[in-house]
Amino acid sequence: MSDTIVTHPLVDGAVGPGCKKVDPIVVADGVTRTFGGLTAVDVAHVEIPRHAITALIGPNGAGKTTFFNLLTGFDKPNTGEWSFEGHSLARVPAFRVARKGMVRTFQLTKSLGRLSVLQNMLLGATKQPGENAFTALIKPLWSKREQAITSKAEELLARFKLLEKSEDYAASLSGGQRKLLEMARALMSDPVLIMLDEPMAGVNPALTQSLLGHIKQLKAEGMSVLFVEHDMHMVRHISDWVIVMAEGKVVAEGPPDQVMNDPAVIDAYLGAHHDSDLGDMTGVNPVIEAKERAAEHAAKKEGAI
Amino acid sequence: MSEAVSTTAGTAPTMTGEPVLYSTDLVAGYIPGVNILNGCNITAYPGELIGIIGPNGAGKSTFLKAVFGQVNIRSGTIHLKGDDITGLKADKLVTKGVGMVPQNNNVFPTLSIEENLEMGLFQRPKVWAERFEFVTMLFPELASRRKQRAGSLSGGERQMVAMARALMMDPSVLLLDEPSAGLSPVRQDETFLRVHQINRAGVSVIMVEQNARRCLQICDRAYVLDQGKDAYTGTGRELLKDPKVTELYLGTLAADVDADKKARGA
Amino acid sequence: MDWGQILNTAAGELLSPVTAAYALAAIGIGVHFGYAGLLNFGQAGFMAIGAYGFVVPTLLFDFPVWAAFLTSIAASVLFAFLLGIPTLRLRADYLAIVTIASAEIVRYIVSTTGLTDVTGGAAGLSGFNGGFNALNPFADGIYGFGPWTYTENQLWIRVVGWSLVAIASVLVFLLMRSPWGRVVKGIREDEDAVRSLGKNVYAYKMQALVLGGVFGSLAGVIYVLPRAVQPANYGTTLTFFIWTMLLLGGAATIWGPIVGAMIFAALLTLSDGILRGLISADIVTFISGTQAGQIRFMIIGVVLMLLVIFRPQGIFGNKKELSFNV
Repeated sequence: MSDTIVTHPLVDGAVGPGCKKVDPIVVADGVTRTFGGLTAVDVAHVEIPRHAITALIGPNGAGKTTFFNLLTGFDKPNTGEWSFEGHSLARVPAFRVARKGMVRTFQLTKSLGRLSVLQNMLLGATKQPGENAFTALIKPLWSKREQAITSKAEELLARFKLLEKSEDYAASLSGGQRKLLEMARALMSDPVLIMLDEPMAGVNPALTQSLLGHIKQLKAEGMSVLFVEHDMHMVRHISDWVIVMAEGKVVAEGPPDQVMNDPAVIDAYLGAHHDSDLGDMTGVNPVIEAKERAAEHAAKKEGAI
Repeated sequence: MSEAVSTTAGTAPTMTGEPVLYSTDLVAGYIPGVNILNGCNITAYPGELIGIIGPNGAGKSTFLKAVFGQVNIRSGTIHLKGDDITGLKADKLVTKGVGMVPQNNNVFPTLSIEENLEMGLFQRPKVWAERFEFVTMLFPELASRRKQRAGSLSGGERQMVAMARALMMDPSVLLLDEPSAGLSPVRQDETFLRVHQINRAGVSVIMVEQNARRCLQICDRAYVLDQGKDAYTGTGRELLKDPKVTELYLGTLAADVDADKKARGA
Repeated sequence: MDWGQILNTAAGELLSPVTAAYALAAIGIGVHFGYAGLLNFGQAGFMAIGAYGFVVPTLLFDFPVWAAFLTSIAASVLFAFLLGIPTLRLRADYLAIVTIASAEIVRYIVSTTGLTDVTGGAAGLSGFNGGFNALNPFADGIYGFGPWTYTENQLWIRVVGWSLVAIASVLVFLLMRSPWGRVVKGIREDEDAVRSLGKNVYAYKMQALVLGGVFGSLAGVIYVLPRAVQPANYGTTLTFFIWTMLLLGGAATIWGPIVGAMIFAALLTLSDGILRGLISADIVTFISGTQAGQIRFMIIGVVLMLLVIFRPQGIFGNKKELSFNV
């Protein structure tokens, strides 16, 4: 590559790790987190673009989930400042971060097992006066809102193909279904920025594809999306921007095609075979081939008779 | 399927007409009254790499757990090399030759790699030397890092140790529950290639996977499970090309992305 | 052996004010553990706080009954805050340890000789029920039938006690089926998930702790009103009796604490009566009367073990909920 500066509509200036965005929704500076001797996160500067779908990729142990935890108040950094929509969020407790509109899901699903699927969803809603201990005692004060959020919940469950399971205990769902429930639940509060930690892990590919349209819809409705994923087809298909983390640092940023052709990223993360068919590499199973030859042989014999 | 054919290729097994493992109309579930498997018929012949794919909640992991005695089987049978093993407990199954690699918590994090392998050979400690040799031939890093604590390994490395541990008992069939789950693309590819390697060394493998494309690319035959029943079956190649399977289970993302790339002249 | 007498006494226990107090305390633990997942092993401490919070102002400052009830409740709320502030941000086990310790601290404080002027020391306090009995609307006389025959004061305390049990149950029912209850049950399952949905988990846990604690304190008041308050009663034995009643009935249920308390109280009396009857009829000769009193606690211990092993959901609990490995 020559000295030409690469630009992009989302970026204010040149494209590169830690570049400024034209309209950032989150700006983070000098965020570090160490566990004992290990530096899990060491992000000098990163900005998440607004009204865009950003993918955060990188090898396991790169610090992606830890970074999520820090931004959303589930963990305290050693150093660092970051802001959401211009307001500083450092040292703000997790539940307040969620109320401000920055909602996250978890890599290891946290479905509330002994509550039903529908109750899980209803918990995700906001502004339910019945959640106050005193108002709760007088049903007419909260039943209208309950009806409203129940319809919203059912509509979301239908989109995620979980509606038939709405009365079942969440613990009875399969792993992939729980992932979907968690994402649907996170959407109940109409977040401003939704942060999905491996939302499609364990979700069937065909269903993943049908949900991508829904994620794009979120962007159309004005949400910003940040997601961690290992499924590169999904990343290529819907993300506007890709941030690559490795060993706690942001090592690359850019539009998907550019990032995925970066040799360093291919080496460390994508693998040289990511675009090829593994079957072509491995060849035929000699045992099966022998079986097929024997079957052909027998068929020929019968044909000849 | 009646002729016995032996191959001269190294450790490849002698193929017989008898399946190494098969289930007949298997019905099983976790909660009383709710069945996850609704009549599942899956067959694996010796030396095959069988893939099981399907939508969420279809019963893929439940099938493996039912084979391994971890879920209540309500009707139907499972046979291993001709013996009925329905409902046998896991420790008996390991003795009989079933190896299982669960999706989570599959290594002992406080033990070293070597100790994890020793745990794998718990029932038959005397054959340690030859089994260790077999396993390190497949995965040389296990020998060079044998004293490393398993808890300090990355996800992909733990998968490797877990698979090696299951192989220590020289199982007739190896059950893998979503081995590529949660791994980055390069580690996923490594895992699939490793599974392939294990199969070439003569071990029959039944692999449940969510990464359906990769699974079908390397397996010999596969089943698509839907709502607890086997809905489609065929060779890996056949299913990859089948339009119905693609529409319902595989999605066209991979193909779409490639087509987009070509269109843009990338 | 007088079976009639034995059964009569046991039947009478079903409705006694002590049983009502047990039931109320069990409802409190039900809110803590059954619904919110809080481990409170010091409910006896709340009962002591409640009892002394009522009795001391009555005797020392001549508080009218309604004011004494209020101080009792206020003391309970304060106690809950004291317990909750340091521990609710930590793991559940810490609350468990702190509650055991604090209940014992309360017991020692009320028994200590230095405070005898206020608390009556180890001998306790009595003679405070005048004000309460003066409010009795029932005319003098005998009420009821069979094993449930009462004087007007005995009836009054039962009516008040069981009314409180009913009110508490209705309150719990209304709360737990409301969105507030949903948040609390969610916290029981996974706090971080509930935080990520914007709920102030700490505040909800504190509210649950206060609510269950107030029930415990009111139970303490009902417990002592018929007779006297004695510090020796508020040891860990009382706490674990309450837990047994809750688990017997079913932890996250409305009827569980009530039926659990009734059955437990009746069984305790029945086993005592039967053993003593057998001893005095010379059918059982190898144990004495005092030993009989202790053996029935051994029996209760065995029953609790069998319960937890074979029917952990209790009488009214939901087996399905327990089939998930939580």
